[in-house]
Amino acid sequence: MTALIGTAMTGGYGGADILNGCTISVESGEIAVIVGPNGAGKSTAMKAMFGMLDLRAGSVLLDGEDITTLPPQHRVQRGMGFVPQTQNVFTSMTVEENLEMGGFIRDDDFADTIEEIYNLFPVLREKRAQPAGELSGGQRQQVAVGRALMTQPKVLMLDEPTAGVSPIVMDELFDRIIDVARTGIAILMVEQNARQALAIADRGYVLVQGENRYTDTGAALLANPDVRRAFLGG
Amino acid sequence: MDAVLNALVLIGNYIVVPGLAYGSQLALGALGVTMIYAVLRFSNFGHGEIMSFGTMLVIMATFAMQDVGISISPLPTALLALPVGILGAVGLCLLIDRYVYKFYRQQRASPVIYLIVSIGTMFIIGGLIRFIIGPKDRNFADGERFIMKASAFKANTGLAEGLAIKTAQGVTVLTTFVVVGLVFWFLNYTRTGKSMRAFADNEDLALLSGIDPDRVVRITWIITAVLATIAGTLYGLDKSYKPLVYMHLLLPIFASAIVGGVGNPLGAIAGGFVIAFSELAITFAYKKVAAYLIGDGVLGDGLLQLLSTDYKFAVSFMILVIVLLVKPTGIFSGKTL
Repeated sequence: MTALIGTAMTGGYGGADILNGCTISVESGEIAVIVGPNGAGKSTAMKAMFGMLDLRAGSVLLDGEDITTLPPQHRVQRGMGFVPQTQNVFTSMTVEENLEMGGFIRDDDFADTIEEIYNLFPVLREKRAQPAGELSGGQRQQVAVGRALMTQPKVLMLDEPTAGVSPIVMDELFDRIIDVARTGIAILMVEQNARQALAIADRGYVLVQGENRYTDTGAALLANPDVRRAFLGG
Repeated sequence: MDAVLNALVLIGNYIVVPGLAYGSQLALGALGVTMIYAVLRFSNFGHGEIMSFGTMLVIMATFAMQDVGISISPLPTALLALPVGILGAVGLCLLIDRYVYKFYRQQRASPVIYLIVSIGTMFIIGGLIRFIIGPKDRNFADGERFIMKASAFKANTGLAEGLAIKTAQGVTVLTTFVVVGLVFWFLNYTRTGKSMRAFADNEDLALLSGIDPDRVVRITWIITAVLATIAGTLYGLDKSYKPLVYMHLLLPIFASAIVGGVGNPLGAIAGGFVIAFSELAITFAYKKVAAYLIGDGVLGDGLLQLLSTDYKFAVSFMILVIVLLVKPTGIFSGKTL
């Protein structure tokens, strides 16, 4: 079933609209990827679905419930996790403390969730007592994803998770993200590394000027000659 | 041999013991300044007056207790009166936050506006204090005056120089030790303390994690008020209470926070001792020490004093300038101002 859907989203940060009626959805256990040229509104579309941007038209449904007007903090409580592109960890706090802060809104004992996250990202268990600011880029992203997973979200949104990491680390991160999706969580991400991201995507959205240009499975988009020529560099 | 010991005792009596006490007072003050900076992101110039306000209430409660004959001798009665001052200072801070700073938070004002607003609160609290207790010097220390008297030290050791430890100094160091320990335990091991650190580290991510900013701000003010009242009372017990002096204390306190690294609690503690010891070591007249070590004959008339005690605030200024030039983030790498 559709975990999260943003329908005909229109809006911007005041002034001209950045999103012009684009529609994005993601199913439980699936990975959806938004790609497109710079300034196409990829991150804006995702922020709109997380409530960080007021929509002028369109709606956002989480598990069939309308959450269009809900502020981000309440969306977290309803089961959405968000990993910002930058400054997505508490640098002065240890890995474990980062995870604890991720679970701050939970009143129950979340020790087993921390354990699950350590199983998903074994390197974090090794570094649990180290400040997150001292970790490498790829490890930091794992902390960031782990922090967002602490609320046991139904939908996890990632804003360019592989920005600024090496190709090897990128592959590893994508592997981890696939692992997360296998646990039944819907994953929506924006990616600059379009080719690699579409390769693991169940569903891909190509946005241009805030509108849907192509929507298909990741594999089909990769095979589409028009998409390849215009957006994937041949 | 006795000469060296006498020189050491002199240094102990005039630099080490007072430095530990003064450093503790600065450390507690700087800890409050640094916490406000870390969480609310501005330099609170009203901090000295909050210390003064809390201390004023402690003094009034102390006098009331002395009148009815309550005492915890040999300890100073002020320790018993401390909760009164703390409650008052907490109330004052929460009121100011509610009616002054909250407005600017909602406006998302820039740090420089906060800073000027805090200077405003400084003058208002300062005025209030002068209305209530007046500008006069007040001595409220009671109980046993010394833990160790200079004369007793001389008699026991047979040295010519004496080492005195005032009760206020002992109480200061011990209280600081306990309070700092509690603050660090709170920040590192409690959920609320961790959420405060998270908020200070990355406000947006803290909001995203569901941390309530109003609660964090409230608790920060409460801790700051507690620290300020304790620091102010200890300083007043050690020296004496005079409103103007507390306003002047702001400089060494800010210097301590900046030297250690603004926003870093550990830095505030270290900075407090760095400033205190520098101030005392630079304004101390070393003539007698030198006389013990190299003999009286070769010394001239000078006091061997680098700087007159009248200029002690210049020491804080100098250290401040050096730190800002050489390592603006401070010893423990806090935030750059």
